[in-house]
Amino acid sequence: MATVSAAPKRKVSRFNRFDNPWLNPYLLTGVVLILIILLGALIGRVAWDSNLALVGSSPLKQPPVGFSHTTLRGTSVGTWEHPLGTDGDGRDMLAVMIVGAPRTLAIGFIAAAAGMAIGILLGFMAGFMGGRVDDIIRIASDTTITIPSILVLIVIQSVIPVNLIGMALLISAFAWPGPTRLIRGQVLSMRESGYVKMARISGASTFDIMFREMMPNLIPYLAASFIGNMQGSILAAIGLEVLGLGPQRVPTLGKSIYWSVQLSGLSQGLWWWWGFPALILVVIFVGLLLINLGLDEVSNPRLRRKVE
Amino acid sequence: MKGITLDYFIRRLGVFVLTVWIAATLIYIIPRVAPGDPIAAMVSRMSQQAGYIENSDKIIEGWRKRFGLDDPWYVQYGRYLRNLVTFDFGYSLATFPTTVREIVVRAMPWTIGLLSISTALFFVIGNLLGALLAWKKTPAFVKVLIPASMVFTSVPSLLAGLMLLYFFAFQLDWFPSLGAYGRGITPGWNWPFIKSAIWHSILPAASIVVVTFGYWTLGMRGMMITVEGEDYMTLAQAKGLRPFYTLYRYMIRNAILPQITALALTLGTLVGGQVLVEYIFSYQGMGNAIFTAIRNQDYPVIQGTSYILILTTALAVFIMDMLYPLIDPRISHEGS
Amino acid sequence: MSSQANETTQKDWSKAKSVLKVRDLRIHYDTPKGAVIAVAGISFNLYEGETLGLVGESGCGKSTTAYGILQLIQPPGHIVGGEIQLDDRNLMGLSEREFRRLRWTKLALIPQGAMNSLNPTMKVHQQIADVITTHEGRQPKEKMRKRILELFKTVGLPARIYDMYPHELSGGMKQRVCIAMGIALNPSVVIADESTSALDVVVQRVVAQTLLKVKEMLGVAMIMIGHDMGLMAQMVDRIAVMYAGKIVEIASVQSLFKEPMHPYSQVLIESIPSLKEKKPLKITEGITHDPRNPPPGCIFQLRCPFVMEKCKTQEPPLRELKPRQEVACHLYEVSETGEVKNVAASA
Ligand SMILES: Nc1ncnc2c1ncn2[C@@H]1O[C@H](COP(=O)(O)OP(=O)(O)OP(=O)(O)O)[C@@H](O)[C@H]1O
Ligand SMILES: [Mg+2]
Repeated sequence: MATVSAAPKRKVSRFNRFDNPWLNPYLLTGVVLILIILLGALIGRVAWDSNLALVGSSPLKQPPVGFSHTTLRGTSVGTWEHPLGTDGDGRDMLAVMIVGAPRTLAIGFIAAAAGMAIGILLGFMAGFMGGRVDDIIRIASDTTITIPSILVLIVIQSVIPVNLIGMALLISAFAWPGPTRLIRGQVLSMRESGYVKMARISGASTFDIMFREMMPNLIPYLAASFIGNMQGSILAAIGLEVLGLGPQRVPTLGKSIYWSVQLSGLSQGLWWWWGFPALILVVIFVGLLLINLGLDEVSNPRLRRKVE
Repeated sequence: MKGITLDYFIRRLGVFVLTVWIAATLIYIIPRVAPGDPIAAMVSRMSQQAGYIENSDKIIEGWRKRFGLDDPWYVQYGRYLRNLVTFDFGYSLATFPTTVREIVVRAMPWTIGLLSISTALFFVIGNLLGALLAWKKTPAFVKVLIPASMVFTSVPSLLAGLMLLYFFAFQLDWFPSLGAYGRGITPGWNWPFIKSAIWHSILPAASIVVVTFGYWTLGMRGMMITVEGEDYMTLAQAKGLRPFYTLYRYMIRNAILPQITALALTLGTLVGGQVLVEYIFSYQGMGNAIFTAIRNQDYPVIQGTSYILILTTALAVFIMDMLYPLIDPRISHEGS
Repeated sequence: MSSQANETTQKDWSKAKSVLKVRDLRIHYDTPKGAVIAVAGISFNLYEGETLGLVGESGCGKSTTAYGILQLIQPPGHIVGGEIQLDDRNLMGLSEREFRRLRWTKLALIPQGAMNSLNPTMKVHQQIADVITTHEGRQPKEKMRKRILELFKTVGLPARIYDMYPHELSGGMKQRVCIAMGIALNPSVVIADESTSALDVVVQRVVAQTLLKVKEMLGVAMIMIGHDMGLMAQMVDRIAVMYAGKIVEIASVQSLFKEPMHPYSQVLIESIPSLKEKKPLKITEGITHDPRNPPPGCIFQLRCPFVMEKCKTQEPPLRELKPRQEVACHLYEVSETGEVKNVAASA
């Protein structure tokens, strides 16, 4: 009788996934997208006049280069003077992008970093001290996570005027539960695993060992949590700006959308007014999502199974 | 059926009360410890504004009593908490003599309706697609189509709303551009109203669903892959059960549990997104009420509507906590 | 040893009909650094009503063999070749659908990790009922209930667990639920993968006794996988000793314990101080080879105390050196008269 082989043919390419996990295509694409935004803003700072982002610095409602816009009062055609057009208050859209995009990223970064710092501190405290401290921290993080943060921020910011840093720090008040839970869980499972006991016998301090042993394994998770917090923080910042809150005089992406909605930029067909800020934001959010998908695969190899 | 233990009930109720209390206290404390005494500034600004209104003395008197800035802090704080518990938020500044409570009662049904419809849609669609994506027997072309349908994932619903509004309402004129129902239609249980309400809700709901379901697809796929590696899946296969039965009774049934927990955790974010979508579509729910109040610097309305939404969210989480033991038999035994 | 065990081994297996035939089964796991050869060409018969023990140290491929027979190997593992016959029917050629019909009605599994082998969101009786309904069709509720309670009785489970969820049962109870499930459809072959090793010693014994009792009641053929030679001695009729993906010796319990012939079997038997005092398999000294890249010749050469030149080049075939004792070793030579001579001893 013939031997029947049940093995389907396998492609060699399957083994690519065993190479350095950090060279994940999602991760790289995401990082490149964010870098493009940052680099673009950096070059723009040098090559373009950021003062054009101020009200009245340019003619009103000019379309981008290559487009024309017809109203009852006549037709205006886009020029290279304002390649992305101008808004209803005479701001140059390119300058608004150059000024606004890094601000948006900065708010997300500051809020996520502050949230991460608080989270790491509280997570270690909860895991190490246990008892009452742990109870309080755990319950506080479990409850804070379900609060619709933007509503709290709306109420607060409708009373106190804030600048960019203030806004970021306020947002970070809701960015700590994620990292806290992550670190706490890791510390607890490390303590259970008997690892620490062995370390103690060999004379090292518990904290030292755990920190040094844990951090390398935790990095993909912490990074994912950081990126998730950045998404959430940027979302909150944009939301507040779009509702007309937040820093009043500086141009931001959210504020652009706010003005275009308020001054009926949508119904007048001035798509570039809200469209370019929205586009930049979409690129930022897609970039962050891709980074997170990549990190997911780095920390959980089983997800790397290809979608055939 | 094992019921909910008293211990579990009290624990969850405690979390509910605590959530609302933390949020309410944050709202209260931060403006008061901020430099420049913003609360006093706000009260005087409100008083000025109210000066142009009839019966302004009565309003200003009411605020003085409400804020009582001369009382010690614990009296002020106690009064604040009492007002929250009794749903007493006073009058709207911009539309005096409407009370905040009236505004909430008018706006809340729209918000809850839209939010529950879109949540049900993205949760069902997302998890179903995620399950199909992970299932071995799903046809290959479906596995290609699903990721393709997820391109909008991670775009904030606010931006999706802007784009849908621009293309489908302003450019193509297929859907109405604002409101929750057509002008000149009286709300009630009549067909023209219901039709109009559904018609007006499509774009706002779509802007939430289109950008959200992908998260659940990805999450469900991950959970399915985890479940697939469990010992009971090997046994299910060894038992020769039908593939479809194994899919829903063994895989989906177990993979969905963490997804439901996750839904409770993201409810807050969802409500936030909904507020912004309502604003974009001028949909007369709570979000729109909040925006109108921000524009009018109508602090009582901002505070009251936000608080009610926070409370509702916490309540929804609490209800989900109470229902969860019905679908996860292990839970009522948790930590007692 | 129990009297029953003696009685069963008195049977002449050469006349018994074989239910399951495995020929040259090969199973690999793909890894980035090459394929792990988990099962490297295994052949054996399982006779009607017999219990065959599969022993060997951890990682030698016992579970892989069992799951290979049941076609449950998960990627990156895959069956590279071989042939499996159940009641003279070739299983390898069957379509997935055809094989699914055979599952549980013919081939049942009592899994290794019984702790997690039950679906946490289904009541115990539903998990037994679903396999019955799948293969026998819907039945009246009362009839099904009676049948499941009968199964519970057989394995010594109280009726009160009928409506319970797995997390409400003890480890031993869960294992017995798995046994009850395994015999629900009266299969021809039951494969029990270390069904006792996750339990504590007392419960282990009870579960082992349950297995024995069930086996005798039903007369089902069984492959029993385990580390514990002492327990094996009491429960099985024949033992196959595995080393690094190959069977090195297969013999009746008596012969193997009286006179183990393969050097590895000898180590195994020596590692049990007495049959009463059970000890896990002792890991023998010496270097093991890389399972991705086995040396030419005998698989045991690196750890064998009697290794010879021939062992490094020629692979020893499995030969029947004594009645019902097959050994794969160059140490033994069979003279023309049929006498078996130990080469090392005579030198
Ligand atoms: N998914 C996998 N990927 C790579 N190698 C694997 C995989 N599963 C098993 N193996 C390898 O296959 C070999 C046999 O494993 P198997 O589980 O069959 O051993 P076992 O004899 O049942 O051990 P134990 O007594 O510990 O249960 C081992 O060397 C193991 O490393
Ligand atoms: Mg095993």
